[in-house]
Amino acid sequence: MNINLTLLGQMITFGLLVWVTMKFVWPPIIQAMQERQKKIADGLAAAERGKHEQQLAEEKAKQVLQEAKQQAAEIIAQAQKRANEIVEASKDTARIEGERIKATAQSEIEQEVHRAREELRKQVGAIAVVGAERILKKEIDPKAHDQVIQDLVAQI
Amino acid sequence: MAAEYANASEYIKHHLGHLTLGDKETFWAIHVDTMFFSILLGAVFLFIFIRAARRMTTGVPGGLQNFVEILVEFVDQQVKDSFHGRSKVIAPLALTLFVWIFLMNIVKLLPYDLLPYLAHMAGLEYLRINPTSDVNATLGMSIAVFFLIIFYSFYIKGVTGFSKEIFLKPFGIWFLPFNFVLKVVEEIAKPVSLALRLFGNMYAGGLIFTLIALLPWWIQWTLGLSWSLFKLLIITLQAFIFMVLTIVYLSMAHEDH
Repeated sequence: MNINLTLLGQMITFGLLVWVTMKFVWPPIIQAMQERQKKIADGLAAAERGKHEQQLAEEKAKQVLQEAKQQAAEIIAQAQKRANEIVEASKDTARIEGERIKATAQSEIEQEVHRAREELRKQVGAIAVVGAERILKKEIDPKAHDQVIQDLVAQI
Repeated sequence: MAAEYANASEYIKHHLGHLTLGDKETFWAIHVDTMFFSILLGAVFLFIFIRAARRMTTGVPGGLQNFVEILVEFVDQQVKDSFHGRSKVIAPLALTLFVWIFLMNIVKLLPYDLLPYLAHMAGLEYLRINPTSDVNATLGMSIAVFFLIIFYSFYIKGVTGFSKEIFLKPFGIWFLPFNFVLKVVEEIAKPVSLALRLFGNMYAGGLIFTLIALLPWWIQWTLGLSWSLFKLLIITLQAFIFMVLTIVYLSMAHEDH
């Protein structure tokens, strides 16, 4: 084991190897590895975030559904109430209308009766006059006896 | 192959020799085999990792990218576990150390005589393909780490801070020279232990392979297989230990005691 120039040669070789490794080998490899690590970490974080967001969305959907159901129920209840009101109101109007029609009819009937009575009275008066004319067989002054006839008519 | 040599000791000696340029007895020689295979394996490491780095995608990773990412993440985790500061150097340094040492160790598991035999046929007398069983290679790495430790100690703690640590700890101002000697020994022990641990393991492992190769051919596979399997654990473990200790030493340089 004699020590000679080889020692210096080996030191130079070693120094060059280390320098080249330091310059061209280590940085790109370590950098790529770190980048990959970061990429994987980002991916995992994104997945986690996605999961979380999905959960939130599901919850929100559930909430919205619940609200919609509640609203629908409210609307139905309101509609029912309104329908009842309408039915009640129309019942009332119908009753009032009916009563009104009844009243009108009654008054009309009364009027009709009244008119018929008037008519009858007039006709009876005329018949009476004609009957009296026939019975008396003489000229009667309608003017002179008008009062009498009127009385008769009123009596009928 | 052992038969080609006059005796066992010559065979072993031959296998421990380096393909050398220059005068072996002085400092001014260079182990061509160590340099060649360490640079080749370093290039293999860079080729694989730069290829992967170019094709990095943040999407689904492919096979090569997966493999590279596992290694990078493993090293990064080790660095994060023991080093609490921020540094752009330590993690790439640790990755380089781990993979490079692992590659330099694993060539040991190639058939022991194959490459030296081929080299011999090509006219090269010696060839050792396992750079980490050359103490120059392991010391080269650990001394580079040592310089980094010293640099960071000054850089992070400042000249005064680190000087205080050198001279005033652990026994206070009255033991100043003693403190200094202690600190020097402590710091020198780091690269020496790093280098010799790896070198010793690989050298001894190689020696065992040499001894196994001296056995009769029909029995070699039993010991050869079991030792190779065991060695597979050792080379990974040694690469890992070198890396972790480097990280620990550098993090110690960053922190006040």
